[in-house]
Amino acid sequence: MNTNNWMRKWWWKVLAIMLMLFTIVIGMMATVPALPILHETIRNLYYHVPMWFGMTLMLLFGMIFSIKFLRNSRMEDDIIAASFTKVGLLFGCCGITTGMIWAQSTWGVFWNNDPKENAAAVGLLLYFAYFVLRNSMDDMDKRARVSAVANIIFYFTFIPIIFIVPRLTDSLHPGNGGNPGFNAYDLDSNMRMVFYPAVIGWTLFGTWITTVISRTEIVNRELHFSMNNISMNNSSKQLDSKF
Amino acid sequence: MKKIISFLLLQIITVTAFAQRPDTNVEMADLMRSNGKIYVVIAVLLTIFAGLLLFLISQELRLKRMEKKLNNHISNQNNNQ
Repeated sequence: MNTNNWMRKWWWKVLAIMLMLFTIVIGMMATVPALPILHETIRNLYYHVPMWFGMTLMLLFGMIFSIKFLRNSRMEDDIIAASFTKVGLLFGCCGITTGMIWAQSTWGVFWNNDPKENAAAVGLLLYFAYFVLRNSMDDMDKRARVSAVANIIFYFTFIPIIFIVPRLTDSLHPGNGGNPGFNAYDLDSNMRMVFYPAVIGWTLFGTWITTVISRTEIVNRELHFSMNNISMNNSSKQLDSKF
Repeated sequence: MKKIISFLLLQIITVTAFAQRPDTNVEMADLMRSNGKIYVVIAVLLTIFAGLLLFLISQELRLKRMEKKLNNHISNQNNNQ
């Protein structure tokens, strides 16, 4: 029973590297629409927006692993869920910082109190609260159970906050205040051909970072348990199956 | 499975001819492109990315050794009991 086998595979990591190399090179080279105000900063679509898409997907995977944990109580699933959420939060912090830099150049100030900016900030605080909650408990079982439930609740709070609320009002962000999508920007399909690989590349890359973080944490736990002569999951006596 | 997924994903990045930029008065970094200076920026970005990648890969390889060591340790412990 080697359920975490996908973590040790190399092919999807190579794929992530290829997609990201493509994004970096073609993202800088390809022709982009010449628009006033934006000028060359339109290329940030290839670098800033995938952060948010990647974050949403990382948080989604984290939530899925939280559900898996609640279904089968495997400690690995709890660790993986928390690692995905951690990387999601990292992407979110990068997204909000790059967004501020971009806002300074196009909208004039770093922080516009734009509905989407505020919503993203609230969403990030929600996930900071998740880690405060998680790390406030010493009992590992209790921590895993409570943070799994919290993760599921936070995800379904976060999605409406970041995707629906900004659309109910006027926002500087394209595609908000009524009309969906970012057609205002990438009318030409050339931009999509760099943007979608960027999203997939960052998602795979984030997953890769997640596997390294969670495997480190699993080794750390195993070490702790083996020193105290107990096994990590009561059900799995044969530890060979894990590695 | 992996071949199919890789193929489909790499299919997306097949770039067809990029259209010429229409004549506009919007100022773009065309000079950077025409004199080739944009390649310097790309080289810098690629170097940073390569550095991060090497770090991540070396970390993963180190982790692999640790897992192996720990696993041997645990199975020894189980045999002794």
